[in-house]
Parts: sequence; C-alpha cells; structure tokens
Amino acid sequence: MADTSQSDDMSPGARSGLSARWHRLSIRQKQVVWAWAFLAVPIVFYVVVRFYPTGNAFVLSFQEWNLLGSREWVGFENYVDLWNDPVFWIVFVNTFEYLIIGTPISLVISFFVAYHLDKVRFMHGTIRALYFLPFMTSAVAMAWVWRWFYQPVPIGVFNNFLAQFGIPQIEFLQSTSIALPAVLAPAVWAGLGFQVIIFMAGLRAIPPTYYEAARVDGVSNWTMLWEITLPLLKPTIVFLVVFSSIGFLRIFDHVFNMTTNNPGGPLNSTKPLVLMIYETAFGGRSQMGAAAAQTVVLFVILLIVSLVQLRILRDR
Amino acid sequence: MAIAEDIRIKPSSETLLRPDRPKPPRNYAQFIRWALLFLGGVLMVMPLVYMISTSLKYSFEVYNLNLIPEEPTLENYTYVLEDGRFYTWFLNSLIIATLTTISTLIFDSLVGYVLCKFKFRGRYLIFIAILSTLMIPTEMLVIPWYLMSQQLGWLDTYWGIMFPGLMTAFGVFLMKQFFETVPDDFLEAARIDGLNELQIWWSVAMPLVKPALAALAIFVFLGNWTAFIWPLIATTDTALYTLPVGLSSFGDEADVAWELIMTGAAISTLPTLVVFLIFQRFIIRGVVMAGLKG
Repeated sequence: MADTSQSDDMSPGARSGLSARWHRLSIRQKQVVWAWAFLAVPIVFYVVVRFYPTGNAFVLSFQEWNLLGSREWVGFENYVDLWNDPVFWIVFVNTFEYLIIGTPISLVISFFVAYHLDKVRFMHGTIRALYFLPFMTSAVAMAWVWRWFYQPVPIGVFNNFLAQFGIPQIEFLQSTSIALPAVLAPAVWAGLGFQVIIFMAGLRAIPPTYYEAARVDGVSNWTMLWEITLPLLKPTIVFLVVFSSIGFLRIFDHVFNMTTNNPGGPLNSTKPLVLMIYETAFGGRSQMGAAAAQTVVLFVILLIVSLVQLRILRDR
Repeated sequence: MAIAEDIRIKPSSETLLRPDRPKPPRNYAQFIRWALLFLGGVLMVMPLVYMISTSLKYSFEVYNLNLIPEEPTLENYTYVLEDGRFYTWFLNSLIIATLTTISTLIFDSLVGYVLCKFKFRGRYLIFIAILSTLMIPTEMLVIPWYLMSQQLGWLDTYWGIMFPGLMTAFGVFLMKQFFETVPDDFLEAARIDGLNELQIWWSVAMPLVKPALAALAIFVFLGNWTAFIWPLIATTDTALYTLPVGLSSFGDEADVAWELIMTGAAISTLPTLVVFLIFQRFIIRGVVMAGLKG
C-alpha cells in the first residue's frame, strides 16, 4: 500500500485518475498492489473469524456472563472454580485416558496392518479399501451404529453374539469401567484406515537397497524391522502420533452421540473436556465465561502435549 | 553400497542367497499373512455391513444376527424419506459442504499462490500468522463464533453454519507447497503475453496444481459433510440441521426403532462411501499427498 502512494508523489503533474496512476507503476509495484488485493478478503476473514474470536475466548475466560446480563470481570475466578471442581478432574483424567489408550493402540494396529499389507500383492487394493472405508464415514452415524452394537440382549449385536456362547452380558455403555473404552473403540476404528495409508506411504519411501544389503548380511526380519524400518519411519511416526493425539484429546462426536440419554456416561465416566465445554456453554445455564476458561485449558493441554511429543520423538 | 552391488552380480533370487529358508513354507506364511489381513479387512467393514443390512430389514428381523435379510425391504428408506426431514438435512449438508469446499479451494489456493509467487514486504508475517491459527482448536472458537452469530443474526442460517469454514490454514499451507512446483518462467511468459495477475493465477497456475486441489477438495468436503459440533451449536431450527445434527436428534427421539436409525446412518454415510469406491486410487493418493505435505 505504501508503495503506491510513494510513486504518486514522485511524478507530480502527470495525468490524474486511477488508471493513470496504475500505468505509472513499475511491474514490481503493480505486483505488490495485486498481492494485497488478492489478500484483502482472506485477511479480513482471518482477523474476524480466527484472531478476534481467539482473543475473545481469552478475554471471556476472565469474565462472568450468562448471555443475558452484562459481562463482569472476575479475574481468575473461572480458573479457580475449575480447579476446585471435582468433575473437572474426572474429565481431565478421562481426556488423557482417551489419548493414552487410543494413540498407542491405533498406531500399533495400523503399523502392523501397513507393514504386512505392504508385502502383499494379491488383492492389495481391495484389502486397502476395506481398511480405509471406515475413514470415509461420519462420526455421528458410526456412533449410533456402535451404540446399537453395545445394547443389551436382545437388541445389541455384541451381546447377542456373546449370548450364543453362553457368555454373560457386558453392559458396555452402562459400566463405569468399560464405557470409556467402548466409546473410544469406534474412534480408533474409524481412524485406522488413514494411519494405514500414511504408514504404507512411509514404508514405500524407504529405499529397498537397505533391505537387500541387510539380507545379504543375513539379518533377521525382526532386526530389520527395528534397525531399518522403524528408524527410517520416524518422521511418519511423529506425524501420526501428534496428529492422532490431538484427535483423541478433542474427542466429542462419539461421546455425545453414544451417551445422549446420560451425557458423559455413568458418573461422568466417559466425559471428555470438549463435552464439558459444550455443556457449560450450551447445556442450559450458558456459563460463557466458565466455558471459555475450559477452552483455554484445552488449548494449553493440546499445546503442551504436542510440544512434549515433538521434543521426545525428535530426540530419539 | 558395495554390498548392494554384490547383489546385482549374484542371481537375484532370494532362495539362492538364503538356502536355509526353503520356498514352500514361505508361500504358506505368505498365505497366512494374506488371509489374516483379509479377515481383518472384513472385520473392519462389518459395522458398515450391519448398518446397511439392518436398514433393509423389517423390524421383526432386526435382532437376528443374520447379515442378509430374509425379506429385504426398502420400507425403512421410504418411511424416512416420506417423513421429509432427512431429505431436508441431506440437501442442507450437500449445499453447505459444496459451497464451503468451493470457497476453500478458491481462497486457499489464492492465498497460497500469493505467498509463494509474489515478493512483497510482510508476506512472511502473513504466512506465519495464518499458520499459527492451526494451533487454535475449533472448540476454543465456537463460543466466540456463537456470540458473534447471535449478535449478527447468523444463527439458524446457512451462512451461520458455513462462515467459520470458508478458508482453512491447512489448505493455504498445502497449496503454497504445491505452487512451489510451478516454474516462475510459465508465469513470466503469461505476463509478457499480457495476461493480468488474476488471469495468470486462474488459467496458468491453477491447472498445474489440479491434483493438490482435488486432494484438498476431498478433505474439505468430507470434513464439512461430517462436521458436528459447530452445526449443532449454530442451529436450533430442525429445517436447518445438517445430516449429522439431524441424525443425532432423530436417534435421540423416544421410541425410534433401531432399523430407522440405521437407515438414517446409512443415508449420511453411503454418499461418501460410494464416492470413495468410485475414485478409490485417486482419493488414497490425495490423502497421502495432503497427509505428508501437510
């Protein structure tokens, strides 16, 4: 912008009007004008829809507001209340349980599948498609499908299946200990296909000469896996660990839809932080300030977990 | 490397190199590997198969475990569609996902192009600023978006559902990466031919990054088709629900039969599954591209 006005001052007395000014610009100056013209709408978008709301969330977290009255500054009260809320600590632990169970299980399974599928030629594309299909589904729809699976006899598929062998029923969604893994299962299931595809791309990128050389030396497959495959796959692993961890920490769709009759499961045993945020803000009492404080906590958790993972994995 | 050359001198058959491992057991092992992978794959799609098969069953058959309905029927589909709501929700989802995808493709590629090919002061700053928004989780923004929408009267409108997704930082990053592969000479030649910058971007640069655009389109469309939390917050009028929000409220109604919920789930899942089966190779390549570059 500054460049256009400068060029104006430099040549006074020339033709006036916008088009005349435009023609007087050098090619480089014209490029700058074009660049800012192209960026104008996106800049407005990022300021209004990304940066302003981010700032607003931080500001709101220090206020109390139920949408009706006026906003009141309360300092750190929202954070202190959250700290003293026993439900928050249950939710906090749940959120990390999703991460700590979900990420290793899904990565180990998907690596196992990718590693072996990479060595299979017959019907390779079909098998790959079978693993990938669940990724193309909507979490809400699948949550309802799995919720049906988990129902007690005579409704649910799993319990019907168990009953055929005389195994006692499992109250998947009603039990405080099994409900969380039960809710997590469809999330892991739906994400596997994506991870398998990314792992296979990573495996393909490893030069086959490494394996040939190792084979000549008589190295076992197991050693090759640990000494060649996994170290060379590190960038892929780092990406998938961080990416899937963020996904599990933000789990919401599955939990919300599998426990609509009792949000967050029995005694809050499945409630993740995002569901708590949703309930605080939109669950009837409209505690916007408290909910905003919870979103800030979520933001900090995501940031710390990502940074720690990057630090640990990169060093190894 | 010297070892690798040795291989080329010897016959490349592995059995010659490793006589301790005779061939037949290897094939046997290979078959087991294949069979287990195939079995695993079948297990992976079982939930989808059950969903579809149940949606084709009469209610008396629903609690049977058989996969193929004894008396297949489309009654559930006619019931759900005659009810009219799923039809509306399907249309809402389609319109919203399509418009957001178009907007994202245009703006993300435009910004990516400018940040890649134009030299001007502040471009690095803008790139970093846009990338930094990737760290902000959607959940942190929904409350301010809701307050904003409420003030501006955007709740219960298409625009209200769409506006947060009109551009994505991920797409800007992806497109910037891909525009690096477009040679500057091409753009310079077009400039000499008298095309203006808008024309150069649209008719010279854009066709060269079509694969990246397609990959981005898949991700953005799928993301918007399945998006839940924001549409759930932004709408209270059932006529404006998207499929996920509609299905969620439908399933929650009292006394809704499971075969009808499965039908609703199938309606919201089948379109993307069919698209995937048709463009399989292409979509997987796109996912790898977006996943690895992004």
